[in-house]
Amino acid sequence: MKARNIISLILIIFLAYFLFQALNLVPGFGMANIEERTATHYINKDVNSKKEEIKFNESKNPESGSANMVTSVVVNYRSFDTLGEVTVLFIAATGIGAILFRKRKKEKTMMDEDGSLILVTGVKILFPLLLLLGTYIFVHGHLTPGGGFQGGAVIATAFLLMFLAKKNYKLDNSKFKLIEGIAGITFVGLGLIGLATKGYFLMNFLNNGVIGSSFSSGIIPIIYIAIGFKVGAELAGIISNLVEA
Amino acid sequence: MKEFLTNWAFFGGSILLILIGLYGVLTRKNLIKIIIGLSLMDTGVNTLLVSLGYVNGGKAPILTSIVSSSTEKFVDPVPQALVLTAIVIGVAVLALALSIVMKVYEKNQTLDISKIRGLKW
Repeated sequence: MKARNIISLILIIFLAYFLFQALNLVPGFGMANIEERTATHYINKDVNSKKEEIKFNESKNPESGSANMVTSVVVNYRSFDTLGEVTVLFIAATGIGAILFRKRKKEKTMMDEDGSLILVTGVKILFPLLLLLGTYIFVHGHLTPGGGFQGGAVIATAFLLMFLAKKNYKLDNSKFKLIEGIAGITFVGLGLIGLATKGYFLMNFLNNGVIGSSFSSGIIPIIYIAIGFKVGAELAGIISNLVEA
Repeated sequence: MKEFLTNWAFFGGSILLILIGLYGVLTRKNLIKIIIGLSLMDTGVNTLLVSLGYVNGGKAPILTSIVSSSTEKFVDPVPQALVLTAIVIGVAVLALALSIVMKVYEKNQTLDISKIRGLKW
């Protein structure tokens, strides 16, 4: 073996020893005690208010009205981090568009012919169904597992299928950039409205409703719809840039 | 054997993924293989973070008509929320890295980093 491989192996065994030593600081697998962590406040929804039992379809106007606790952590309690994540994705998509810019379009496209017959026929049925599935996932982010990022990824998969099936499929990049921009402005705008009415950026300013019903939990579904459109348009734009460059 | 696997499958497997990805980044000469190693490290770190929040006998942290009260035993939802962010950022970094590799290939016509001037091993 080469010297580089052996030195790397020694380095990795060294690192493995330290990583496994660090596992002694954690309670064993499955022995996590939720009561000692901040997660117990997110589960019982008593970060700012008194502790009371939250029941599905019965509690009215709790602190964070979403039945899905991961959604309430991502979009309500820690929504500033989600804003940062949306910004990182936007910078990456813009950077890819800038790196792969080409003044004259390529003469030869990536594929010489369409996909096989099964693929072309299947995509005609699957494309609207995939869009519907992605929309369902991000609209119901506060009731079922899912949310904006997952639904946006499914929508981008629908566009990837179209790229695989047709020879000269092109996306209209300007329309997608417009959707992305409007969705981003919606997210920040909701935060500013929260700042104006309640005094804190991204504070929930609508009534929270009953946990478990479709129109509940304030601005959480609106933010997730905006994020779903934004992530879907962004990932489809990234795929289109990678194919056409 | 079964007890060893139950206790160590998640932690040990995630750390193994991280180390295999690191070995790939350190020793491979093809640019695409380096990026695949980077993606393996991402996956390993995300799995390790999520598995630190598991509770024996806990349920998924969603209130439904079957699991309807917040006093039941739930799995920790905070690492899941943080890993959601981390996965998306991993995708963004990977896409940007691949587009840079495409430009490097156009200029040098090779993906071998020992032959590209400026990336000498």
